[in-house]
Amino acid sequence: MNMLTDPELAADAAPLNRRAGPALLRVEHLSREFGGVLAIGDLSFTVAAGDIHSIIGPNGAGKTTLFNLVTGVYKPSGGRVLFDGADVSGQAPYRLAARGMSRTFQNLQIFFNMTALENVMVGRHLHLDTRLLPALFRFPSLKRRDSEARDRAAELMGAVGLSKYLDADAASMPYGALKRLEIARALAAEPKLLLLDEPAAGLNATESREIDEVIKTVAADGVTIVLVEHDMKMVMGISHRITALNHGRKLAEGTPAEVAANPEVVAAYLGAAP
Amino acid sequence: MFAELLQYMLSGLTIGAIYALAGLGFSIIYNASHVINFAQGEFIMIGGMASATLTASGVPLPLAILIGCGGAMLVGVLVAKFAVERARNASTVTLIIITIGASIFLRGVAELVWGKDFKRLDAFSGETPIQLMGASMQPQSLWVVGCAAVLIVAIGLFFNRTLTGKAMLATSHNRLAAQLVGIDVKRVVLASFALSAALGAIGGAVVAPITFSYTEMGIMLGLKGFTAAVLGGLGHGPGAVAGGLIVGVAEALGAGYLSSAYKDAVAFVIILAVLLFMPNGLFGKRGTERV
Amino acid sequence: MQNILHGRLTGLLAMGAIIAVLPAFLPNNFYLDVAILAGFNAVVCVGLNLLIGYAGQISLGHAGFFGIGAYASGVLAGTYGWPPVLALLAGAVFVGLLAFVVAKPILRLKGHYLAMATLGIGIIVSIVLRTESGLTGGPDGMTVEPFRIFGVELYGERVWYWVVGALLFAVVWLSLNLIDSPMGRALRAVHGSEVAAEVVGVDTARFKVLVFVLSAVFASVAGSLFAHYAGLITPAKADFFKSIELVTMVVFGGMASTFGAVVGAVVLTLLPQLLTMFQDYQQIVLGAILMATMVFMPKGLLPTLAALIPARRRA
Repeated sequence: MNMLTDPELAADAAPLNRRAGPALLRVEHLSREFGGVLAIGDLSFTVAAGDIHSIIGPNGAGKTTLFNLVTGVYKPSGGRVLFDGADVSGQAPYRLAARGMSRTFQNLQIFFNMTALENVMVGRHLHLDTRLLPALFRFPSLKRRDSEARDRAAELMGAVGLSKYLDADAASMPYGALKRLEIARALAAEPKLLLLDEPAAGLNATESREIDEVIKTVAADGVTIVLVEHDMKMVMGISHRITALNHGRKLAEGTPAEVAANPEVVAAYLGAAP
Repeated sequence: MFAELLQYMLSGLTIGAIYALAGLGFSIIYNASHVINFAQGEFIMIGGMASATLTASGVPLPLAILIGCGGAMLVGVLVAKFAVERARNASTVTLIIITIGASIFLRGVAELVWGKDFKRLDAFSGETPIQLMGASMQPQSLWVVGCAAVLIVAIGLFFNRTLTGKAMLATSHNRLAAQLVGIDVKRVVLASFALSAALGAIGGAVVAPITFSYTEMGIMLGLKGFTAAVLGGLGHGPGAVAGGLIVGVAEALGAGYLSSAYKDAVAFVIILAVLLFMPNGLFGKRGTERV
Repeated sequence: MQNILHGRLTGLLAMGAIIAVLPAFLPNNFYLDVAILAGFNAVVCVGLNLLIGYAGQISLGHAGFFGIGAYASGVLAGTYGWPPVLALLAGAVFVGLLAFVVAKPILRLKGHYLAMATLGIGIIVSIVLRTESGLTGGPDGMTVEPFRIFGVELYGERVWYWVVGALLFAVVWLSLNLIDSPMGRALRAVHGSEVAAEVVGVDTARFKVLVFVLSAVFASVAGSLFAHYAGLITPAKADFFKSIELVTMVVFGGMASTFGAVVGAVVLTLLPQLLTMFQDYQQIVLGAILMATMVFMPKGLLPTLAALIPARRRA
């Protein structure tokens, strides 16, 4: 938290002065209420292709609700979500996934009834033959592509540092490993846009640093990333742009240095009235 | 024309009152333990059989009902303690099988104790029909509806006015929080089974003169009670009562105007139609799943 | 543990071997008959396990689909004189369509609400079968023509044993294939976390409907053949208790295990036969066994036993 108030750290944070790509995700006047309470209100922002774009804000600011709205888990009460040039507001998550959007969850959503590798293989769903008859009769083509998917999933598990868990039951894995398993599963879908909801929450410093590296690598491969994270060191260190939320509304937006210097953001975090 | 309608309504409300008690029983247990107790119908059967056989052997009716009620409560507590509590973390379907196992077990015991034949219980206040605007009604119907009304009001007071009742409500809202403020949630589960068993047994006793008693009487009554509870929204007490009355009346109307052969299907057609549009029943909570 | 449960080839070969040698140990037609009934139940349970065990959706009404298949064969092959194979196919298509139509709205429901809805459908089907006596013979049921294919009549326990054995083998093979495929993983993902499955592109509604229809069709085919084998079909084969019996077999044997479903079906078909020696205590013992098994082995018979094996090796 003191990251925000420490100008020195904020200054050397983040690669600046890079040219923003075309918009991949555009959120326009988005709002959502739950029983009369506004969780997200009139929120607009744009995520440029290739960026690591972080969403920050105190607890209850609406970050996870925003993720749920963007990925189609919740339907917006108002406003639009444009992804890759198309209006996708209110579309089902699986349709958005087919368009190239994938995510992880703050509260783990692991398939605990499967092995770790199978979890990641489910991530390959969109790239596999999921018809009934080929599955029932085990067509050779299906078998071949399935074993390719197995290799790819194992590769991805290696990339997030889970090689030793290939055959483990997901239910037997430690928390930190499951956080990474979610990232591997999301990556297996080969998304254009990856939304990560607190990937470092509950991890120790070393594990956080590893996640940090994973995110950078993924971004370097051309995947656009929207990141919700409380670890300010991580956010300041890897984000290209940051949108700060409070009470469901946009408080500030800009480079890490700009946002860190914004007095309203500092006040929101420290609990003072802005 | 009107008399006919009234006649159907009256008989519908009578049987609906029993469904309401059974539905309330499902809801109370569901609230305390998130278990659907498929042995609920057997509590009704125990109440009906006990009062019929005990009065036949000379026990005064009130005492017979009391014994039946106490027996059902004991059985309920035993089922909760030795089957349900031990399988707390099992899946929904596993718990369903456990309570179905309990119901098979209880029917088996009942057959052994009371035999397979129908038992007759005399109506509490004679069988001279009461005339009401062209419709006639058995006095026993008044007993059924009256007893159900008293029990339902009593349950309402219990949950809203007494400390035990409030503790049970609190447990249903948040088991962990209830545990943290010192509520013994295990005892709450036991109490919920005892309470539901009592409701069922008294219902069984008052309805016995109308339906006769036999060891399988609880099967359909239990399923209809489950329907009532789901119709009202699982865990919603007043909803279960409303659900029971709706099912009872609809059934009577269906049997009267459409087809008596399809009487038992009416409840299930209604529940399917309602769930189609209201997946949490008529009064159930509509929530957005948190992820 | 999962390796043992999903050890496809070993399991399949072992089951094939058991089916092949079993008749040699069955002294008379009574035992063959029990084996055949166990086989029919196992076929339904393997399908039902895809729905309950793997996709995590409850159905308390599958006997309805079994019953429709059985009556389709009884009515079409008997009253209307259709070739039995055609009657079987017509029943399966009808059940598939019916399941498809009801599945979409019903499978949006969760947990106990889904249990209620499927229970309702099963009960409605059984009441219709019981009531439309002009077509079905009512509560007494109806006789069913023998099964003829290419002019050959299937007759006698021995012939039917091999028919059912082959059918079971095929159904288990198909089920094992399905589970170990992208679609099978999607089904299990629906069980694990619907929202997580959705965000990687799984159309959860579609797969739930698909597996519901598939399991209903399995039940229908088994019902058709059973009707021909037994020569008599009654509404009891479609009622609530039959549905519960089927679900119990799946859960008893072990959810999310194809062989578990087979073991559950076999054990619980045999059990009542064994319990006849308890006479009046039969129901009590059956109820007690169900409760005890579920309380002490909530994962079911086969997974619990399978979990013991590696534990011993380690020790």
